[in-house]
Amino acid sequence: MSKKYDTPLLDELEKGPWPSFVTEMKKAAARSEMANDELGQLEKSYRTKRGYWKHGGIVGVLGYGGGVIGRYSSLPDEFPGVAHFHTVRINQPSGWFYTTKALREICDIWDKYGSGLTNLHGSTGDLVLLGTTTENLEPLFAEYSSRGWDLGGSGSAMRTPSCCIGPARCEWANIDTLEICYQMTQKFQDELHRPAFPYKFKIKVAGCAVDCVASIARADCSIIGTWKGKIEIDQDAVQWYAKNGMDIKAEIVDMCPTACISYDGTNLSIDDDNCSRCMHCISKMTKALKPTGEKGATILIGSKAPIVVGSLMSWVIVPFMKLEPPYDELEELIRKMIEWWDDNAKPRERIGELIEARGMREFLEAIGVPPQPQQVFEPRKDPFFFWKDEDLTKE
Amino acid sequence: MALPQRQTDIGPPHYKQFLPPVIEKNYGQWKYHERIDAGTMVHVAESGDKVYTVRVASPRLLSTDTIRDMLDVADKYCDGYIRFTSRNNVEFMTADESKVEPLKKELKDRGYTIGGIGPRITNVVHTQGWVHCHSACTDASGLVKAMMDELYEYFTEKELPAKVRLALACCVNMCGAVHCSDIAVVAVHRKVPVIDHDKIKDMCEIPTTVAACPTRAISPDPAKKSIKIKDEKCMYCGNCFTVCPPIEIHNPEHDGVAIVVGGKIGSLRTGPKFSKLAIPFFYNEPPRWPKVVAAIKNILEVYAKNARKHERLGEWVERIGWERFFKLTGIEFTYQHIDDFTFMRDTLRTSAAFKW
Repeated sequence: MSKKYDTPLLDELEKGPWPSFVTEMKKAAARSEMANDELGQLEKSYRTKRGYWKHGGIVGVLGYGGGVIGRYSSLPDEFPGVAHFHTVRINQPSGWFYTTKALREICDIWDKYGSGLTNLHGSTGDLVLLGTTTENLEPLFAEYSSRGWDLGGSGSAMRTPSCCIGPARCEWANIDTLEICYQMTQKFQDELHRPAFPYKFKIKVAGCAVDCVASIARADCSIIGTWKGKIEIDQDAVQWYAKNGMDIKAEIVDMCPTACISYDGTNLSIDDDNCSRCMHCISKMTKALKPTGEKGATILIGSKAPIVVGSLMSWVIVPFMKLEPPYDELEELIRKMIEWWDDNAKPRERIGELIEARGMREFLEAIGVPPQPQQVFEPRKDPFFFWKDEDLTKE
Repeated sequence: MALPQRQTDIGPPHYKQFLPPVIEKNYGQWKYHERIDAGTMVHVAESGDKVYTVRVASPRLLSTDTIRDMLDVADKYCDGYIRFTSRNNVEFMTADESKVEPLKKELKDRGYTIGGIGPRITNVVHTQGWVHCHSACTDASGLVKAMMDELYEYFTEKELPAKVRLALACCVNMCGAVHCSDIAVVAVHRKVPVIDHDKIKDMCEIPTTVAACPTRAISPDPAKKSIKIKDEKCMYCGNCFTVCPPIEIHNPEHDGVAIVVGGKIGSLRTGPKFSKLAIPFFYNEPPRWPKVVAAIKNILEVYAKNARKHERLGEWVERIGWERFFKLTGIEFTYQHIDDFTFMRDTLRTSAAFKW
């Protein structure tokens, strides 16, 4: 494929040391007419400061309502290669591990049916294939699914769950994030592939409160690993950190948010009852400190980006849940949440917004979770509160 | 040629088949890790086994050619395994210490950028932009590229007080967790959308469109079989455009980007935080957005100079106070900085104690 467009503005973005997406587009354009026109259209956007994509149309594969996002150029005559330029979301494996064999196969199929451009990965976690035509969707799906790959979520549906690296390569994981992510994805296949919700619903699984998968900000249901027990201290390792330049008073003791750590120059001690398990000390002295006791997760609900009624972070609902295969308790809880939301929400209303509108009590009662102080930073400040008949007890 | 038999609802392949043997063997049995340099770390298992990880930058938008090039490296040094992080970095892992330096040399020779581990900037989470999204009002990849060219040494080498997470969203839908990042760019509109009344009749549901407005600026206009917008109530979120395309929110002349700062995700020390508005507007200046890039670099460097070790940007600002942040960075404080949407009650100052 010869070069079709001059791209003086985009060429500026091949300069400089950071890897260039323009170089990637040019590589794809060398073999694909679609990628070539994509490059031409983008250069035009850089000239005019606006995009040229229409709203997503309804396209997909037979039997699914999601996984493909229809994308059409608003300038099909000028850039016929991107008249159809649909996105395909492939459900990534937990933790984004691949063999080279598997990923090479994904590339080979994509070169055959699409533009050769990808996102590794999309914001929700899917392996994203950028740019194919409606007629190529069925063959492409047959090729991928016959090799064990399925589509991810899109639209008003369960979105592809994702997780941090967890026990695969992290000493801080309190739960098996990869297996929980895999199991939840399998349990919700129907909800994932056939959009029937008021809006999107995301699940993210993080092994600890460091939250490398941003679950607290980006998942309607955030699952964050934690523990109930003491932090075991290896005093020799504490000394190793002290000898290797760590100022233990300034960096550990003074930065503990609950002031539960003390250090006398030789021994570190922790008042475990007052520890909020924030992960600061553990993350800075990972050789020396280790959580012990019961492991499990905190389940939180509601986070989302600003659309529609402002950003939310997830709220604690179940302070501690043990999470062990086959994870039926977690599945049951999520199903109850979704059922209440599905019954009550307006179109495009996320579950967090619905809880705000209806009140936390209604939500907690619907999912059968009692009120607990761990769910709030502080109790209410105003004297206006509701009573239900069942709350009224006689002297 | 006949197509293979399709399957449905099989879900993703089980991850276990993609785990390198040393990972599978020591799954859940990791003891600690150490950072070796800006782009290399080692994880040590209870068994004594070690796995070395080399991290490289990625533009996220990758051609299959580049992916195959990465796979060639992974075949040569990592027994045919490769991994990606939640921020789209690429990770090459090996249990064999003697392979680490040759792996890094080959990655460098092939033009990859190694880094992003520890108290630094790592790969930028961002959205599709003009490359592939209908609601984009800036380009994501281009602005990120320009930004990271300028901040390159904070990925490859230079340490900061703590990690700094950058993000970019090409509209307020924020497909990229911009709302909880240390420094982030979000593209914004500033003009009330223009309604194409003729098209609304065929393309939109009036009640859905009315309900889509978070500030109740939209009401039905029965005479025109369309809707009308109360201009002074509109906050240009574009949600109406998403449900009803003939309500055109894009305005290349007036669209641009804002910079928000001080968000974080983890619960370490202080709880997760939303990012807050630092600079309300820059015009789009493709291809390299020089004013936006310079403003981000300024904020980063003032933070680097003034924050304590381990203090995230938002924690530093909370310690010194936002009034000091505006003074130290030289950023002008405007009407746009004062919340008049959902967070007004939480953000107005109710104390006479503050700094000059």
